[in-house]
Amino acid sequence: MFEATELNLQNQRRERLFRTLFLAMTLLLILPVVVILAMLVYKGGPMISMDFLLTEPTNGMTAGGILPAFVGTIWLVVVALIASVPIGIAAALYLSEYAPDNWLTRAINLAVINLAGVPSIVHALFGVGAFVIFFRFGTSILAASLTLAVMALPVVIVSTREALQAVPQAFREACWSMGATRWQTIRKVVLPNSLSGILTGVILEVSRTAGETAPIMFTGAAFFLPFLPETVWDQTMALSLHLFVISTQVPEVPEALPYGVALVLISLVLSMNAVSIAFRVYLRGKKKW
Amino acid sequence: MSETAETRAEDPAGTGAGKISVRDLTIRYGDKVALSGASFDVYENEIFGIIGPAGSGKTSFLRALNRMSDMTPNMVIEGDIAIDGRPVRSWRNVYALRRRIGVVFPLPVGLPMTIYDNVALSPRLRGIKSKAKLDEIVERCLSRAALWDEVKDRLGSLGSLLSGGQQQRLTIARALSQDPEILLLDEFSIAVDPVTTMRIEDVLKELRSEMTIVLVTNLVQQARRLADRTAFFLTGELVEVADTEDLFTGNSKDPRTRDYVEGRFG
Ligand SMILES: Nc1ncnc2c1ncn2[C@@H]1O[C@H](COP(=O)(O)OP(=O)(O)O)[C@@H](O)[C@H]1O
Ligand SMILES: [Mg+2]
Repeated sequence: MFEATELNLQNQRRERLFRTLFLAMTLLLILPVVVILAMLVYKGGPMISMDFLLTEPTNGMTAGGILPAFVGTIWLVVVALIASVPIGIAAALYLSEYAPDNWLTRAINLAVINLAGVPSIVHALFGVGAFVIFFRFGTSILAASLTLAVMALPVVIVSTREALQAVPQAFREACWSMGATRWQTIRKVVLPNSLSGILTGVILEVSRTAGETAPIMFTGAAFFLPFLPETVWDQTMALSLHLFVISTQVPEVPEALPYGVALVLISLVLSMNAVSIAFRVYLRGKKKW
Repeated sequence: MSETAETRAEDPAGTGAGKISVRDLTIRYGDKVALSGASFDVYENEIFGIIGPAGSGKTSFLRALNRMSDMTPNMVIEGDIAIDGRPVRSWRNVYALRRRIGVVFPLPVGLPMTIYDNVALSPRLRGIKSKAKLDEIVERCLSRAALWDEVKDRLGSLGSLLSGGQQQRLTIARALSQDPEILLLDEFSIAVDPVTTMRIEDVLKELRSEMTIVLVTNLVQQARRLADRTAFFLTGELVEVADTEDLFTGNSKDPRTRDYVEGRFG
């Protein structure tokens, strides 16, 4: 009685076609990632050892380890996080929870989005002018990290704002109509339920800052400096710049060395991400509505 | 009610009358008028019904009453709403005003926190910290909302994951935790099963002796069952306010009310 019509069959064929097509695109997307990782592990893997991680570069950076660069990158990222996360979250809270919907707010939102598109070399120039020279921080971790922070801020703001907006408006209304202030509502309802989304923003920021070269090149990262930094006023080596330097500036570097550095850099980023993602999954698991 | 009379005598604006008095209230969103020139009173300890088709301005009135209008862009209030003779717009601390007014929304809003925390939230915001005191409030409010027996063994589970009917009773318990003088209900039964609706109606009948209840309802029969007096709103106009019995026995002044009540439109 219920025969499939020609149209039914056609729709079914189309359904299959599109599903296959979209799956193919998705696989295509992860292909480069897989290839890059495989190549790094294949070529750089043999470099990795405790010695590589825990000693200084030697022989004009053609041998030895990467300790100062490794430690330096962690310094740069951590200081940049400390500077940008609180400001970014505060700004996002203001824009999402307090700001009236007027031309000024819209202008600020537009500015934030555009700021995210500013090339990193431009941020570098800004960092030199503002932090190195004007604020007299000199070329230092502080100046470099603040430059990274300025660069990362829009990412944090946009992703935090999106996480906040994902909390249903009905929850806010219910709180407000009980006589809660905006801040009480944020603390009791909005923040606890947007934490995992906010973390995503931080993850993105970590990945981006750890890998950047241009913004730190003129503001605090050193070409070659075989000591560990002790305060934020010191200069430091960094993995990303070190990779750039040994790949392009230093003659007779063994082929495996840059791959080893790249592998360490990417592992550092991925492991930071992994910690955040694990936390995210943990929070997600407790689905609340 | 000699106290009320005195308040009225001392009130130079002459706005005071019932528990809630509304005078020439016009509500606009930008240029769009949601309610125009409404005047009526809600008396203490009555259930005051508001009926009318969607878009008549019922919700807008409630939002003007507890000053949620402050949080709504473009919402403009003209005229006066006074509680105990004091215009709501004169409250400098709007949070204190809202705390006196409990609100139940059309769609149940269990906040994404435990059942216990849902009910303890308002007392905590008021600064109550004592565990014993909070326990007492939570049990009392949940009991009054006819929810205690169903949830007393799982106060620690999420309020937002209860069934719709349970969440709506949770919302009522939360409103009661404010110790409100006025309870506003906005089409509370829209997402609630008939059995729960009846249970909540019973709760409201009991609460009447302690607070003033404004019941906006999409079910005219619900107004008939519960309300002492009822107002009929129609596309931004207050058509009439009358004793509920009169409205339902064909004694309404306006033919439109009779048509609506008898289900001829709306
Ligand atoms: N935030 C808003 N902005 C613009 N117009 C609104 C808003 N809220 C309600 N309105 C309009 O005001 C009128 C009354 O709405 P409402 O008070 O929600 O009516 P009801 O609760 O009786 O259905 C409707 O025409 C509605 O479209
Ligand atoms: Mg409504």
